[in-house]
Amino acid sequence: MGTKRHFKVWRGDSSGGEIQDFDVEVNEGEVVLDVIHRLQATQTPDLACRWNCKAGKCGSCSMEINGMPKLGCMTRMSTFTDDETITITPLRTFPVIRDLVTDVSYNYEKARETPAFAPPEGVAPGEYRMQQVDVERSQEFRKCIECFLCQNTCHVVRDHEENKEAFAGPRFFIRAAELDMHPLDARTDRKNYSRDHQGLGYCNITKCCTEVCPEHIKITDNAIIPMKERVVDNKYDPLVWLGRKIFRRDELEKQDKATPSRHERENMAPSNTMGVTGVASGTSTPFSSARQPEPPAVGPDGKLDVAEILSQKQGGPSPFGDDHEFPLPSDRVTYHHPTPDKD
Amino acid sequence: MRARAAIAAKTLRTDRWWFAPLITFAGLSAWVIYATVRVFMHKWYYVADFHYLTPFYSPCITDRCIPEAAHFGTPLPSFWLIPEAAFTLPFLLLFRLTCYYYRKAYYRAFWLSPPACAVPDGHKKYTGETRFPLLGQNLHRYAFYAAGIISLINTWDAVIAFHSPSGFGFGLGNIILVGNVVMLWAYTLSCHSCRHIAGGRLKHFSKHPVRYRFWTFVSKLNARHMMLAWITLGTLALTDFYIMAVSAGWISDLRFVG
Repeated sequence: MGTKRHFKVWRGDSSGGEIQDFDVEVNEGEVVLDVIHRLQATQTPDLACRWNCKAGKCGSCSMEINGMPKLGCMTRMSTFTDDETITITPLRTFPVIRDLVTDVSYNYEKARETPAFAPPEGVAPGEYRMQQVDVERSQEFRKCIECFLCQNTCHVVRDHEENKEAFAGPRFFIRAAELDMHPLDARTDRKNYSRDHQGLGYCNITKCCTEVCPEHIKITDNAIIPMKERVVDNKYDPLVWLGRKIFRRDELEKQDKATPSRHERENMAPSNTMGVTGVASGTSTPFSSARQPEPPAVGPDGKLDVAEILSQKQGGPSPFGDDHEFPLPSDRVTYHHPTPDKD
Repeated sequence: MRARAAIAAKTLRTDRWWFAPLITFAGLSAWVIYATVRVFMHKWYYVADFHYLTPFYSPCITDRCIPEAAHFGTPLPSFWLIPEAAFTLPFLLLFRLTCYYYRKAYYRAFWLSPPACAVPDGHKKYTGETRFPLLGQNLHRYAFYAAGIISLINTWDAVIAFHSPSGFGFGLGNIILVGNVVMLWAYTLSCHSCRHIAGGRLKHFSKHPVRYRFWTFVSKLNARHMMLAWITLGTLALTDFYIMAVSAGWISDLRFVG
């Protein structure tokens, strides 16, 4: 049978709040999220808490349990002693909305600023081929469930709000590493991007991101340090510098520059914000030192190539909302119609 | 603009989060004090009978050096501030100071930035490794190359120590010296820079099977980088202490051959 345990839960909103005391019944096999649900069912029906899968895969129920950033659904009550008081607070690094729910849009803004996967020239979607051994490192980072515990625990932004502008955080360092190590990603500037625009240099590798990761991604050893080393390659390695001098790599690079690749020609700089709204339009962060969000590569006519919209409602939901009638009026779309002469 | 949750307590952690940084602080401080004292002692670094030379004095390059211990000549004068191994110690110090593990250790234990996860930074301002002097942490690559060369010298020291007045010899000191060198190699090769150079910088492992195998090997060692960092501190101090004790005549070397 259940026992009564003592809980302290932070309650309030951005105007202020306090830690309140509760005695709650706890049964064998339960996790902290179960206890929060019992609190909602019995004592505090208006306690706000974000949750979804209860299986450690959606990354919604991030909270701080006895001061440590954890997932509520993955923290077993059996890890506490019977007489232990359990304190539950919202994530400290992000602005609070109410009770345990925080506004994590900082992370989404940083995500939008990160340039997307860029396939190599001449390879259409569906034709991507790669070897398992090449893509293995990137796959580790795909385990990320975006719970943002690493972002929350990183002292660079947790203790220094002013660094949020310049610092993207561990979650986006693994994104940069994932793409830089990806066998098919054609961009070559991701190392410099993470140094200049993500604030890789702010990280002092104290490894708290790795410590709190519920997916056990080796964020520091497998992503941040390799990215720092890749930056060193470009900037500080004596042997690489010597090699460039001897083999005249710098000359070769100059020659390459003469015939720009597709990605350089169709660069992803925000030349045209038509059809891009919200933060992605780059207008909501006017004084940001970070690189502005970049719209997708568009053709000379300012429109986007789309290969997969072939019929009205096949596959995933429409990015334009499902209440649209198709075809859209041709003056409102920002992409080429796959069959231009259809209507 | 929304505000963060108003939580008065600086940290709500209830575990002994201060224990790990405290141990690190004590361990590193003790080692640095011992090493400093020994380096400026300028004696008891060589056992002439068995050719034992402590790694703290290798290679011995000042005029004060015993001729048999000075394999690389003595280009430097005798001055108490100049360590006998003045060419190698700065690089070894740089290698360990810029090591990705030691950085974590001293940023946490000495600089309190942060002392532990979800415990506030001890400083008001923070710019990380973006500017001088911490930008210099990028020198780790240089220091790694130097440490590789120094490990070769240490290996040579361990090899020529199989000596006795009558020719070949083998004693407890040899086991300690060889053990120390093996651990030094393991620590040096497990370095994150080494892992990157070995293969981590490649985009396509499938095109470089040999380097991929080497990267896999270094990755396995690299997972134990922290352990090796502490083990080598231990073996270095033990090796030095043993040779000091034998050299000073406090104990005599346990001989198996010769």
